[in-house]
Amino acid sequence: MDVIFGAFPFMIDNVGLLLTKTGDHLVISLIPLLAAIILGVPIGIWLGHAHRGEFLAVSVTNIGRALPSLALIAILIGFVGIGMLNAMIALFLLAFPPILSYAFQAVDSIDRDLTRAARGMGMSPGQVLLKVELPLGLPMIIAGIRTSAVLTVSSATIATIAGSGGLGDVILNQVAYGMEGVVAGAIWVAVLAILVDQAFALLLRVSAPAGVKRLQSTNAG
Amino acid sequence: MSDFAPPGDPAIPDYGQASDCVINNGAFCTDWFISQWSTVFWPPLLSHIIMVAIAVSIGFVIAFCAGLLAYRKKWLAGPIGMAATFLYTLPPLALFQLLVPFTGLSLLTVEIALVCFTLVIIFQAVLVGLSGVPDDVRRAATGMGLDRNQLLFKVELPLALPSIISGVRIATVLTVSITTIAAFVVDDGLGSPIIKAVSSPFNTQFVGAGALAVLLAFALDGLLVLLGRVLTPWTKARS
Repeated sequence: MDVIFGAFPFMIDNVGLLLTKTGDHLVISLIPLLAAIILGVPIGIWLGHAHRGEFLAVSVTNIGRALPSLALIAILIGFVGIGMLNAMIALFLLAFPPILSYAFQAVDSIDRDLTRAARGMGMSPGQVLLKVELPLGLPMIIAGIRTSAVLTVSSATIATIAGSGGLGDVILNQVAYGMEGVVAGAIWVAVLAILVDQAFALLLRVSAPAGVKRLQSTNAG
Repeated sequence: MSDFAPPGDPAIPDYGQASDCVINNGAFCTDWFISQWSTVFWPPLLSHIIMVAIAVSIGFVIAFCAGLLAYRKKWLAGPIGMAATFLYTLPPLALFQLLVPFTGLSLLTVEIALVCFTLVIIFQAVLVGLSGVPDDVRRAATGMGLDRNQLLFKVELPLALPSIISGVRIATVLTVSITTIAAFVVDDGLGSPIIKAVSSPFNTQFVGAGALAVLLAFALDGLLVLLGRVLTPWTKARS
């Protein structure tokens, strides 16, 4: 127990160190996450809109899920070498599959009656996508981004073995920082992952159209 | 003393000649992989499989019971689900390190953390599967005179089986992945050859062990798909 309590004085004494490492950590986890969002969300939405490529989306997800982060980083060291680039490629590969498959399912699983009704009202396919499918699929798209965000932030700790910096440096360096430092780093990363998750949840609450919010509250209630 | 040792000198044993690939440090040397299989790769692979099997079976038993309980007592689903989601956001490495002060650098630490992660997924899968049983089916079964236990074992559980199996699949693959990280806590599993070799310049050991971890995840996933087909023959007939 002493070690757990010892972690808090360590945090206070080393706020500067922890904040710098947090900065690195966010850089190596958020850049791949953003890249995965920019690439994965449009592809997923497009495939879902066309109701095609289910096999692709499902198999990408299965493959992505089966990739152990440590193994991925290790394999990439053999091909890319050590450094931030390695970590970012590995984290991108981890972040991409959930985003793609959630975006695909978000649009693909929308009630066909609704899209047909929208078509019947005279909307063009583009309008159906923008005005019906996207707003309805938004909660699930964001759910995929949240899953990926937590995954990347927590996997970025291991990326330190590829020499990429971040909070993993503190957690895996018991010799330098002691057990207090290790525990402090672990708590810090856990809180960071939860904060990032909540930030995206907040994004959904702010960005969801009023109708979708009403739908969600009736589903929850 | 300055002379080189003559061939056959017992002080410097003849280790033979390494292959070109090993000398030039290629990304992956098949010959080295095969020659070191029995010492470097096979024992960690075996212990990796054992660690995953223990974690998934314990996690399954606990999560299955918790899922049934939460299904019967609806008000429990919220708190259990929230605790599960919180556990899921914890980075595996952080969870391992947080447990070390209590349970030490032992297999117990690893298994506790691994079970925590499987719990979350299997619990959700059991609950989703059971709640997904259509009300009509449930009412029909009650109308036919089934009591609550019969309803559970003869109707609800078989119908929830596909969801439960997909939960176990995800949990297994995730556990294979997290078990590699366990090597930071105990010197065991496929993570240990990776971590030992990562700071050395020689590639084959960590690339090989990494590839084995990926293949193991695929193999176990495939086995569970087959198990699912055997256990739920009716799903194939329907689609």
